[in-house]
Amino acid sequence: MSNLVIVEHDNNEVSAATLHAVTAAQQIGGDIDLLVAGENCAAVAEAAAGIAGVSKVKVADNPNFGHHLAENVASLIVDQASDYTHVLASATTFGKNVMPRAAALLDVAQISDIVEVKSDDTFVRPIYAGNALATVQSADAIKVITVRTIKFEAAAAEGGSASVEQIGGGADAGLSSWVSQALSNNDQVDLTSAKIVVSGGRGMQSGDNFSMLHSVADKLGAAVGASRAAVDSGFVPNELQVGQTGKVIAPDLYIAVGISGAIQHLAGMKESKVIVAINNDSEAPIFQVADYGLVADLFEAVPELDAAL
Amino acid sequence: MKILVCVKRVLDPQVKARVKADGSGVDLANAKMTMNPFCENALEEALRMREAGTAEEIIVVSVGGGKTEETLRHGLAMGADRAIQVVTEDSLEPLAIAKVLKHVAEQEGVGLAICGKQAIDDESNQTTQMLSALLGWSQATFASEIKIEGEQATVTREVDAGLETIQVKMPAVMSADLRLNEPRYVKLPDVMKAKRKPMDKIELDSLGLDTANRLTTLNVEEPEGRAAGVIVNSVSEMVEKLRNEAKVI
Repeated sequence: MSNLVIVEHDNNEVSAATLHAVTAAQQIGGDIDLLVAGENCAAVAEAAAGIAGVSKVKVADNPNFGHHLAENVASLIVDQASDYTHVLASATTFGKNVMPRAAALLDVAQISDIVEVKSDDTFVRPIYAGNALATVQSADAIKVITVRTIKFEAAAAEGGSASVEQIGGGADAGLSSWVSQALSNNDQVDLTSAKIVVSGGRGMQSGDNFSMLHSVADKLGAAVGASRAAVDSGFVPNELQVGQTGKVIAPDLYIAVGISGAIQHLAGMKESKVIVAINNDSEAPIFQVADYGLVADLFEAVPELDAAL
Repeated sequence: MKILVCVKRVLDPQVKARVKADGSGVDLANAKMTMNPFCENALEEALRMREAGTAEEIIVVSVGGGKTEETLRHGLAMGADRAIQVVTEDSLEPLAIAKVLKHVAEQEGVGLAICGKQAIDDESNQTTQMLSALLGWSQATFASEIKIEGEQATVTREVDAGLETIQVKMPAVMSADLRLNEPRYVKLPDVMKAKRKPMDKIELDSLGLDTANRLTTLNVEEPEGRAAGVIVNSVSEMVEKLRNEAKVI
């Protein structure tokens, strides 16, 4: 067996999500190579070579990969895939964008969002907002896989000594081009890796009221998240959305404030170790998954919590 | 321009899936079914393009058995001009669906295909990307804003770090995210009108495509549930428990 893990990065650093995909590859077994496609990304290649358990880092450093456009990156993956039995990436918006395109060009299925490796061809993945777990066996020669990061520990980022190989290829498909990005505030704690997350829902009533949650989060070293309702209402930007189609997270502590607990939201946070719910509706479904529930007006409870910390 | 909107019939998002006792799948017998919510966003966007004069005709397509027609009729009631049902009782994987959609997109000569970003049942999030790959067209997934300007489209995408804007060449394949629009409600006269709109049916077998499944589902089971917790009476009690019982703060 031989695994190729597609490295997600910003041309400077390897994303934390990639380390979890490496662990999934380790569980499949066999050699693990990494593919870094980027522009002026030597620092990424160097860091990738240090990840424990990696044999080789293949680097395609070229302007056509600078912004990870799906058409260009998928084409490069296809060029490399024939050397491998498994091609993996984390199930982030990067992996979800690129990997199915590569799979289709290879004429193989993609196995999305795996949460467990049963064997080299059998994997478990959640369906129906996590209300069912399907065990699926792949008959394809090359298995294209995206990995749900919360279910695999991060591989050690240091300690490895992989070789680095520059690879050619990667012409611009000429189909799309990058224009701009509006990224979230880097000063805040990263939602996907935070140990504690404080999330707000429709009950917050406005974006301004989220400052109450930020204050609590600052004291706890926590990230701030949100339900779909809060994002749809424009209280907070989309990257804070926790749920079936937003981010799936599993912090040690998740504090849900003014969130009713729709199936779609629970899908994104019910793996959290400890769940706290603050809601004025005692019938809210969030209380069915909460370890500690407080039926209270959040506009009184949150300032009180803030003062108590 | 013609637009192809690809839709899927799924379990209603308000209904909790129940796993069959024999582990063969999720029990959909007598369950409330609906159009996948993201597909409604995709269709809504296409309808707005027609209303803005960017598109002339909206074709809604779905692959599935008997009752798929209901979902397509809903699409017609929302405002699509005509519908195509590719008929099969088999449950196809995204790769096979993408092959079928490619056939339809080429047959119809569409300039844009829009899908929902993800079906809420199997949660694959693959079909759009695969269709784009097989057509060799440009790809714009997770769109929260689409502006078509002649041979180009500017698309804002919801990504993990925020928003990314890309420009793609037409023809293109795009997938709709939640914030793209708010789908319209269907009124009774629209439902009546939809009954008279054209609905083509194509037998999957007549297309001669390799749509064999590559994955075998060995088992479907319910995840471990969470044990019920406790209701605390005050913020101070909650903080005390988080500190001393759960030891998470």
